Amino acid sequence: MTNQEIIERIDRSIAEEFEIDPEGMTPEKTLFQDLGLDSLDIVDLVIVLETAFRFKIREDEGIRKIRTLGDIHAFVLQKKNELESIPR
Amino acid sequence: MPLKRVVITGMGAISPFGRGVDTLMTALLSGESGVRILPELADIRGIRTRVAALVPGVDPGEIPRKYRRSMSAMSVFAALAAGDAIAQAGLSGEQVRGGRLGVSIGSTIGSPRTTQAFFDDFRTDNSVERMKSGLFFQIMNHSCAANVTHMFGVTGRTVAPAAACSTGSLAVGYGAETISMGKQDFMLCGGADEFHPLTAGTFDIMNAASTRFNESPEKTPRPFDRDRDGVVCAEGSGILLLESLDSALRRNAEILAEIVGFASTSDPESIANPNAANIAHCMRQALLDAGIGPAGIDYVNAHATGTELGDIAESEAIRSVFGDRVPASSLKGNLGHAMAASGALELAASVEMLRRGILLPTHNLDHVDPLCASVLHVREVTRRRVDTVMKNNFALGGVNSSLVIRRFRQ
Repeated sequence: MTNQEIIERIDRSIAEEFEIDPEGMTPEKTLFQDLGLDSLDIVDLVIVLETAFRFKIREDEGIRKIRTLGDIHAFVLQKKNELESIPR
Repeated sequence: MPLKRVVITGMGAISPFGRGVDTLMTALLSGESGVRILPELADIRGIRTRVAALVPGVDPGEIPRKYRRSMSAMSVFAALAAGDAIAQAGLSGEQVRGGRLGVSIGSTIGSPRTTQAFFDDFRTDNSVERMKSGLFFQIMNHSCAANVTHMFGVTGRTVAPAAACSTGSLAVGYGAETISMGKQDFMLCGGADEFHPLTAGTFDIMNAASTRFNESPEKTPRPFDRDRDGVVCAEGSGILLLESLDSALRRNAEILAEIVGFASTSDPESIANPNAANIAHCMRQALLDAGIGPAGIDYVNAHATGTELGDIAESEAIRSVFGDRVPASSLKGNLGHAMAASGALELAASVEMLRRGILLPTHNLDHVDPLCASVLHVREVTRRRVDTVMKNNFALGGVNSSLVIRRFRQ
């Protein structure tokens, strides 16, 4: 999966879960103010991402720093890279 | 402390006929049945009933996601019915949110569908990792009440009575008492339930669900009929906006009816089987509360679900309180038994009977059971002035409830 495909997958999953118009989902949009999410939605966002990418992120410190959609893109891309760099 | 008079100024109904009190009344007046064959019941081992009365054509999407995420079907029904009741009453946002409006809405249990979905997933790997944040708010016992509270911004008190088939009537009765004591000026009251095979199965294993009309669903349930064979489970919500008379007069609101009596009694004889003497006691207590004698009641809207024992017990009780003078009917022949919603849905229809000057008959009552014959049954739509109605509901668990409503007069 390319980085662009990962980003598209993130946006699609979030749009479906939170019923957001994909047209308005640009990276600078803040989750709370611009996209209208709240703290309960963040709980579900973690599950949505864990389900979509088959990783566990709930305990990850990086989650707490996310403010924008772009932050999610960067977080997921980094997480995917970390996991793929681990020798199996 | 003088008690305040309590009136009904708004009603909402989500029934097996769809949305709205007018929709409900049109169907009842034309003798329609909301009961249908439910094919998926055939896939459940051990269940013999194949029919149910489900709500058609309700769009949860009209509720914003922020509120809908914590709602199962029963809360969606309650929220839509509550919105319609508020709209009919013409309450302002300030009146709804200002602290003088409370909520008294119950269901039999929290959402059975969501509970099943959770355990289906949980048992795959003994994990809560996929549990969404809205799940608990759908399965907690006060889910409907809390969801209505949040959707409309209610800041008054929230209570969620739960007593199975008596829930709706109890919620109205307790709401009326709350206003009567001056604790709130407005109360959104009623009940809601969503269909699940758990409910149908509960009646089925007790041999109290209808099983002989699986190919002709419109012919069941058959309250008071000699060929009745049990309950048909339904779903929906009935919500009534109760208000102090003072407030309604101040607002110049249209008063649909006055609530003048309420009683709830417990029946420790059996947790499942009704008892005629205890039912009669409940009805007499409601008359006492209303300050009227049996001669003051023009019509009894019966609980009668179409079970063998329940219909006989209620018939005997009605006879012992009213003789054979007061006409009575059950609406469950049309609606099925919407459990926690039934009391409030049937009360809404009773209010309309009072307003329109009609009595609705018991659907499917073709041959009155001789053991139920002591009652003056309404057999066809009858035009007559109706000033006072007694509304009965009796629940598994031994919880009886009777309400008395009256045409409003100063």
